[in-house]
Amino acid sequence: MDRKNPDLPKNWELEKLEDGRLVLNMGPSHPAMHGIVRILLTVDGERVTDADAEIGYLHRGFEKTCENVTWNQCVPYTDRLNYVSPFINNVGFALAVEKLMGIETPARCQYIRVIMSEISRITDHLTCLGANAMELSAFTVYFYLINAREALYRLGDSAAGGRVTPAYTRVGGLTRDLPPDFKRDAAEALASVRRNVADAEKMLTRNRIFHDRLRGTGAISKEEALGMSFTGPALRSTGVPLDVRKATPYLVYDRFDFDIPVGSNGDNYDRYLVRLEEIRQSARIIEQALAQLPDGPVNHPAYDVILPPKPEVYNSIEGLMAHFKLTFEGVKPPAGEVYQAVEGGNGEVGFYLVSDGSGRPWRLRLRPPCFPLTAGLPKLIKGGYIADIVATFGQINMIGGELER
Amino acid sequence: MTATLLAHKDLLLFIGAAALKVLVFLNGVMGFTALLTLAERKVSALMQDRVGPNRASIFGLALNGLFHPVADGIKMLVKEDFVPGRADKLLFALAPFFALVPVMALFALIPFGDYVMVFGYRLDLVIAQVPLGVFLVLALSGLAIYGVFLGGWASGNNFTLLGALRGAAQMVSYEVVLGLTLVGLMMIYGTAGLQDLVRAQGKLLFGFVPAWGIVVQPLGFVLFLTAAIAENKRTPFDLVEGESEIIGYFMEYSSMRFAAFMFSEFVEIILVSMLSATLFFGGWQVPYLYDTGFVLPGGAALPLNHYLVAALQVASFSAKTVFFSWFLLVVRWTLPRFRFDQLMTLCWKRLLPLALFNILLTGAALLALGKL
Repeated sequence: MDRKNPDLPKNWELEKLEDGRLVLNMGPSHPAMHGIVRILLTVDGERVTDADAEIGYLHRGFEKTCENVTWNQCVPYTDRLNYVSPFINNVGFALAVEKLMGIETPARCQYIRVIMSEISRITDHLTCLGANAMELSAFTVYFYLINAREALYRLGDSAAGGRVTPAYTRVGGLTRDLPPDFKRDAAEALASVRRNVADAEKMLTRNRIFHDRLRGTGAISKEEALGMSFTGPALRSTGVPLDVRKATPYLVYDRFDFDIPVGSNGDNYDRYLVRLEEIRQSARIIEQALAQLPDGPVNHPAYDVILPPKPEVYNSIEGLMAHFKLTFEGVKPPAGEVYQAVEGGNGEVGFYLVSDGSGRPWRLRLRPPCFPLTAGLPKLIKGGYIADIVATFGQINMIGGELER
Repeated sequence: MTATLLAHKDLLLFIGAAALKVLVFLNGVMGFTALLTLAERKVSALMQDRVGPNRASIFGLALNGLFHPVADGIKMLVKEDFVPGRADKLLFALAPFFALVPVMALFALIPFGDYVMVFGYRLDLVIAQVPLGVFLVLALSGLAIYGVFLGGWASGNNFTLLGALRGAAQMVSYEVVLGLTLVGLMMIYGTAGLQDLVRAQGKLLFGFVPAWGIVVQPLGFVLFLTAAIAENKRTPFDLVEGESEIIGYFMEYSSMRFAAFMFSEFVEIILVSMLSATLFFGGWQVPYLYDTGFVLPGGAALPLNHYLVAALQVASFSAKTVFFSWFLLVVRWTLPRFRFDQLMTLCWKRLLPLALFNILLTGAALLALGKL
């Protein structure tokens, strides 16, 4: 390799290896790489002979930042993990801290958390499928699915007061109860989702071009997927029915009737079908949860967990003290460590917390589902065509915020 | 002086008429191209439940986005014209011309009407009457490969190089199919001149069906349209561009050089539409409309003025062009993109055998009907 200036980045050269293969630098500034990952490819014509994924372009120090704020102040940071399904992160974090403290939230809170998690799961899948279709040039489908997502964002906004960064949960409860018209709005939003997903499905599922682009590409076997600790739709597409909601039920998931769709080939098309079916199953869960939704408080009654209501803060010394202590020192889980996993859009989202008994996490570690998936990406794209990278990368659904924390 | 001019009267008249036709027809095409860039965005917006561009305005008058082509043109003109340091300067500068010129030249061959009598002179409504027009169309459209290939190669970038390679392979392959689909047409009408083809399509089959290309060559039409979209490099055949994969052969181009590539793509849409109309949908023919007016199969007749007939024919051709342009836009916003190997499979293993079969079928039919 004869280079004039060794300091130039590699992609500035029409670089050819000695055997005639080409070195191609895909990303981070590449439309399909979402600006946050770089794949260094060696290609033989259009065939990918070698691939290396390089991450770290969106590292923000989430875990370290959390060590310096109170437990509840971590919640807004969790919004920014998987930013297309923020409620799941909120819920996962709140559950982990509650497990550490050994408390349980009221039933209504648990139902609302389930509803919001499933809304987030649908938005996650809609974004993934829409972006995937768009990158395969089926641009119209993207807008159908984004329209559906918009209905759900509005629904989440009406409850949490935020579309992408809702920060809805608190340790021991929620920021606020559901708005009065929520059931009606939810029914409308779900109808919109079903309609748009049906439209999108008509344009994709039996579309010969789309089918041929996804079928057989980015395939992985059951054993390999397990070996690389894949979770979520990418694992279920290989035929392993592992879902945290069924395997280790949290909240009130054991009270609902829903199925875990699995694939058989472990390729992009199966991932697409699994996600599509999960959207329907999530809609089923939301409907059941709304029907069973109990009345009552949404927050834990103890004032060392949840801020007391304002009249008590203003009119009683106990209320004022509790408010002061919680605001300045935060909730104080006992010393100990805990791992709590929830099923995220891409797989198992796990929070590992260590507390030293103070008001701040001593250590917080996130198990992002994207990390093993992105680690497996080079394996999935090796031997395929350059065009398959786009399809596989889209179905892996790498979310930078979650992956790099 | 006057005597010399009079001696060359025919030549001067020919030059004048040709210049006039070029001016009128090519300007019409240019205007339509500009509108098509807007239509592409408006049609896609309509399909995708969006509003589409509607902000460019003159003195507060937006006209629902009608000025966007103008705004785009101005923007393209004032953008920095950047040439990459490692580009081949000469070829990099030439490539946009190679993309645009052959496509523009092709319009000279397309008949947009029959003829009009002006002061006793017969003015044929086609810029160049070429006896072997179909072959010239194929030859010139083959030249368009150079724009893609040189543009991608001269940019000195791995991604554009891949785009150039894809482009060359794709266009060469589909050129073959494109040519073969037209053979059946030429066998049936017995001519390769575009104006003659259109005139031949004015006849009636069984006394009432217009003998348009689509009627006698339905398979040929489907194959032609597929191959033509592939030649045009639009979705689902836009691998050359593939904006989410390799970004495209014109990735390094900016300003008006980029606009030239973009513009040639839209001009090609019109060209494909016009060729489809000319070859398979009777060109400027209106069913049952003849020189003297409408004559219906039953015998009922409606005599029309010569100028009205000519205007109707030009309008018919324009309407067909607009229809096909719209159809191409809808296809572009509906289908996903092929992969490179699938594209080649489609061409060599599906379309090419079908095109050959179509020729065989046409030959057999002609033999059976005793018209060979």
